Amino acid sequence: MSRKALALLIALMPVPTLADLNVFACEPEWAALANAIGGPYVTTYSATTALQDPHYIQARPSLIAKVRRADLVICSGAELEIGWLPNLLQKANNRDVLPGNEGYLEASRYVTRLDATGNVDRAGGDIHPQGNPHIQTNPHNIAAVAEPLGQRMMALDPENGGVYEANLADFLAQWRQSIEAWEAKAEPLKGTRVITHHKSWVYLERWLGIEEVANLEAVPGLPPTATHLSKLTKQFVSGGADFIVRSPYQDARPSAWLSEKTGIPDLLLPLTIGGTDEAQDLYTLFDDILDRLLQAKDRD
Amino acid sequence: MRISLTVAATAMLLAMTVAAQAQETEIESLRTAIEELRADYDARIAELEQRLAAAEQSVATTNAETRTVTSAGISRSAAFNPAIGVIFQGQAWNYSEEPDDYVVQGFPYGGEAGPVSEGLGLGETELIMNANVDDKFTAWLTAVLALEDGESVIEIEEAWVEATALPAGFGARFGRFFSELGYLNTRHSHTWDFTDQPLPYQAFLGGQYLDNGVQMRWLAPTDLYVEVGAEWFEGSRYPAAGSANSGYGSHTLFAKFGGDIGTSSSWLAGLSYLDGKAVDRPSGDEDEPLLFSGDSTLANAQFVWKWAPNGNWKQKNLVIQSEYFWRQEDGAYTVEGAAPALYNVDQEGWYVQAVYQPVPRWRVGGRVDGLSTDDPGALFDGTLLAAPEDDPMRYSLMLDWSNSEFSRLRLQFTRDEAGPSDGTEWGLQYIHSIGAHGAHAF
Repeated sequence: MSRKALALLIALMPVPTLADLNVFACEPEWAALANAIGGPYVTTYSATTALQDPHYIQARPSLIAKVRRADLVICSGAELEIGWLPNLLQKANNRDVLPGNEGYLEASRYVTRLDATGNVDRAGGDIHPQGNPHIQTNPHNIAAVAEPLGQRMMALDPENGGVYEANLADFLAQWRQSIEAWEAKAEPLKGTRVITHHKSWVYLERWLGIEEVANLEAVPGLPPTATHLSKLTKQFVSGGADFIVRSPYQDARPSAWLSEKTGIPDLLLPLTIGGTDEAQDLYTLFDDILDRLLQAKDRD
Repeated sequence: MRISLTVAATAMLLAMTVAAQAQETEIESLRTAIEELRADYDARIAELEQRLAAAEQSVATTNAETRTVTSAGISRSAAFNPAIGVIFQGQAWNYSEEPDDYVVQGFPYGGEAGPVSEGLGLGETELIMNANVDDKFTAWLTAVLALEDGESVIEIEEAWVEATALPAGFGARFGRFFSELGYLNTRHSHTWDFTDQPLPYQAFLGGQYLDNGVQMRWLAPTDLYVEVGAEWFEGSRYPAAGSANSGYGSHTLFAKFGGDIGTSSSWLAGLSYLDGKAVDRPSGDEDEPLLFSGDSTLANAQFVWKWAPNGNWKQKNLVIQSEYFWRQEDGAYTVEGAAPALYNVDQEGWYVQAVYQPVPRWRVGGRVDGLSTDDPGALFDGTLLAAPEDDPMRYSLMLDWSNSEFSRLRLQFTRDEAGPSDGTEWGLQYIHSIGAHGAHAF
């Protein structure tokens, strides 16, 4: 065979496309998880960043275009994205990723949801009757979501199923080791009392035995009010809390104000990947959360 | 004999070895099973202990509303089918000029266009129900409860079914719905940024164009948002009328494009076109309407730009939007009792608005809207159809406060240079919603 013919043959051969699965994740943690399982065989896109409040996202044209081409949509659920995701799904004309189909995965279905009141009275604020949706702050929940996510990826892309299965097993093994290490490291945090801006950290608190003594938001989802903050000042001016915790997308002023008035240190914690410079992936996310808490505890 | 003995011995030995191996394997697998069971039990006991601890902790917390429920238990109590929501709206509106005499010279209003009712009034109360019909269809109903001359009326604003299982990026909707013509046209009144619609919507679409029909649309599989679509309507509502062409009286074409610029900005642009047939279309004075028969074609260009630092919408955001309309009406007008007069004019309408949310809850906005028209000719001198001396214009400012996503109070001030005499109007409006609330479009 002449060299030319060979070159032509090579050119005509089907090029193995590496990315076989398009994953649309509502939050960065699920995009990272899909990447850990899929490696080069998936293309992931996160609809939100750590600097955005995932409750309030515009159903932007760019997001609709991404959902249109997605093979799998994975979101925290429990109504976290209720203000925008339904609109994306309705407009994207992609039947494969509608709820009820293989291509739609609601992560919070696979964990034990906390604070599920079943109460839908909005006098209590913008609450989630199906439970607190910020499930990613407990690494056990990440592991609990990894398995069904891996299963879905195998079902949607059986050709690379073996790779996903092996990667999932590797990830879970490594993740369990990390959890052990984190739990050992976090021992001194047990019994720490925190004031949080929003109820974003209940899963972390339950995991590490941290006690949440108050929220800056008087009513969940509504911005902190001056009356509520001055009430908290009176309540905590003589102690009763170790830190005031805030996530990157939340207004820094209320926690800084309360910190100044009470002397309780305020602390920024990454709620997801990208929330701080250190939190670059799932592992460093928890490393950084614990580092920041422990450093603050040491200073205390 | 010797041989057979050896064979037998070998066979026995082999059998024993195999058996022993089998036993070992069995023992091994039993051991693994026990280990697994133990691990499983350990995990379960640990989980139970954790749950017990959690239960004790939650009992100990005085915060009674916080408790752990399994997700299965919740969905039964919280999932409604269909989802039902109600929107309450009302206002107190004040005019410097008499609103009953309000007309815009050159643009006789049709449909539901017109000034906000004077004094204390109830706006549209919307009752919204929606749910998936099955795995291939979803349905939506918006019923409007309103007071018209003191009488309660129920109007079906939207009643549509959408096919959700079409392949290749196609979507289809049928029933009664708001046309995709323009940007504001599909918005429910509770999502408007100002209490009233801009002038081109009032003059060209009777407030908002909705009709009975069918819509097909297609979304391109590209990173740039590209959506194209077409609609066919009965043609029973302004600017069409009389269900011409045997009840296929109007149709539209639309194309939309959109994307992001970095993480802070996103945009949407679109072009759309409406071709409507009108047969004895009433406009102007309700008791002595002007009747138009002919073609009403309308082209629209829209642009919307939204900005929020880092895309964090809740803290701070800015929306700038503008639309431009070109209309051509070609046909004849009849004033009751008179002979039809040929009417062929080109008209234009536009608005530009900006709404800024500097801090959570508060928004401030400004809008300018205007119209212009050709003169239809001497035949129409002295009638409402004659071109005005100055192009109609309005300038509006608004300030609103939202306690939550579900409640909003608005103050609006408008300088009106579109009516018979220049005037000012201002008012307070409330928009509140209960029940399920659908996600808002971009």
